[in-house]
Amino acid sequence: MSLAASDKHNSPLKSLPKSPTGISGLDEITQGGLPAGRPTLICGSAGSGKTLFSIEFLVRGALDYNEPGIFMGFEEKSEELAQNVTSLGIDLNQLQHDKLIKLDHVHIERSEIEETGEYDLDGLFIRLGYAIDSIGAKRVVLDTIENLFAGLTNQGILRAELRRLFEWLKQKKVTTIITGEKGDGTLTRHGLEEYVSDCVILLDHRVNNQISTRLLRIIKYRGSMHGTNEYPFLINEKGISVLPVTSLTLDHPVSSERISSGIPTLDKMLDGKGFFRGSSILVSGTAGTGKTSIAASFANESCLRNERCIYFAFEESPLQIIRNMHSIGLDLQKHIDKGLLKFQASRPTLNGLEMHLVTIHNQIKEFKPSAVIVDPITNLITVGSVSDVKSMLMRLIDFLQAEQITVLFTALSLNNVVNEQTDEGVSSLVDAWLLVRDLEANGERNRGMYVMKSRGMKHSNQVREFVITDKGLSMIDVYLGPDGVLTGSAREAQQLQEVTGTVLREHAVSRKDREIERKRLVLESKIASLKEEFESVQDELNKTYIEDELRKEVMDKNREQMTRSRHNE
Amino acid sequence: MKTKDEIWELRLYIAGNTPKSQTALSNLKKYCEEHLKDKYIIEVVDLLVKPQLAEGDQIFAVPTLVKKVPEPIRKIIGDLSNEEKVLVGLNIRPATK
Repeated sequence: MSLAASDKHNSPLKSLPKSPTGISGLDEITQGGLPAGRPTLICGSAGSGKTLFSIEFLVRGALDYNEPGIFMGFEEKSEELAQNVTSLGIDLNQLQHDKLIKLDHVHIERSEIEETGEYDLDGLFIRLGYAIDSIGAKRVVLDTIENLFAGLTNQGILRAELRRLFEWLKQKKVTTIITGEKGDGTLTRHGLEEYVSDCVILLDHRVNNQISTRLLRIIKYRGSMHGTNEYPFLINEKGISVLPVTSLTLDHPVSSERISSGIPTLDKMLDGKGFFRGSSILVSGTAGTGKTSIAASFANESCLRNERCIYFAFEESPLQIIRNMHSIGLDLQKHIDKGLLKFQASRPTLNGLEMHLVTIHNQIKEFKPSAVIVDPITNLITVGSVSDVKSMLMRLIDFLQAEQITVLFTALSLNNVVNEQTDEGVSSLVDAWLLVRDLEANGERNRGMYVMKSRGMKHSNQVREFVITDKGLSMIDVYLGPDGVLTGSAREAQQLQEVTGTVLREHAVSRKDREIERKRLVLESKIASLKEEFESVQDELNKTYIEDELRKEVMDKNREQMTRSRHNE
Repeated sequence: MKTKDEIWELRLYIAGNTPKSQTALSNLKKYCEEHLKDKYIIEVVDLLVKPQLAEGDQIFAVPTLVKKVPEPIRKIIGDLSNEEKVLVGLNIRPATK
């Protein structure tokens, strides 16, 4: 569900033809590559990666874009060069054999050369022209042509000839990279930028806090849009990768699918369903609050769903984590055996932030996980400033969200200002933030957890007690006693007390019941005796009444007889 | 410093028949006749005809004169107009007079 990306190439005009470098990231920044058929200057100080950069340009061109290339080196011998790039998995000898790349070393030895009178560099032109024609090259690298200045004294001729060389290369329609050593206050020591005006890329190598970062910047790119920032880049065994600092748009797809956190009670706090797929989650807390356990539970749950998960550990070794997680009943080893879980452990100080980011990128691209754990991000502070870490995490989150990968970060928070900042810095980036806290009371420490934020879902605002048992993690409602929030043994004591109370109350109730029963019985027997009494009184009364009746009857009879006897006389 | 039995093997690289190569060749011939009579061989290589030879002798400028024998190998680039420099370069005359 991506929103339409910003219109990129809508112009009907034919834009500058470009020659893709194949260097990941660079083609994005340059919107297609270097200007085709024109010279590009790559400058930088010693060891900034100029040669490697140009070699990669040639090799990618030869292998991926079917554009053979010439490497004319003025510094390193061809054999040395071939050897040097073997470490990057590039076999220059094979490429030379396949006629995809031709190396030519121009050896200039000051002591062997005398200059007398007029000359020109036609020798170089012929050599280059011959090389280009022999393999049909489309790309040329001149590394570092400024060495000519060291070998030759007649600068006037040299400058005129260089100008002619670049013109000639343009006519030859080869895409050329010229490397140049950075000079004092100028881009190159001998002002090559004067001659190469189409595209200039500056490579830099900076060391901050003993950790080096390589940076790339496009100073100029005539006739094309290009990214203007400084982009960190990396050289590793797979060659060069450039990272755009930020992805320009916020248009990654979103999913409304929910995935469990691996802790059922935590899911309940999150609207009963858990996290969104592809969201970013931060678990922060002080030392020993169980952040890694939460992370491991999440990893475990992902693997149980048969989804891949990759765990970047910056504090503990994989074996340590696996051992420790056994204590809470998680068997991570079996997921590793199945190939669902992968640990990538390294000390943050191993390399700079950028290198970490690229390592993470590469690992993710290779392993294709659906969940990623970074434990903990706070250790990265040791290799960069807060804003560096934030920018790195932002890029990481962007990348992961674009790939629909759920990510869980853990962060250690101490009670000092710097780390509060970290939390703040990162927390605005993440979608869900769980906070684990120590609740210290009555001489014991308990863990409390709450959901600080969780975008796009109804979530609990309650502090829950977070318990770690040998069967896993669980959340218990904090007991709200008459004296406030109770946790841990205080909570248990309160619960016990309540149970006692119930028992006592039940006992009391039953005793009262019995007494009532007894009273009822007493009363009932009283009622019975009264009834008897009443019956005897009734009988008595009845008796007199019947006697009266009888008497009256008899008297009536007697009177009647007497009356009758009187009349009959 | 010249040894009697040594032969100067000289190779002059040019790119086409340009005024510069003409000057270089005539200068070279002149010096050789003067200083190395009967002890030199001049080979002229036109890179326009044989471009593949440029790499072998590390040629990047023309005209270039390469002295292969006697050792050490020396290269002199330019139209060889400065006689002093050429002679020093060819080890015909010691650098310090």
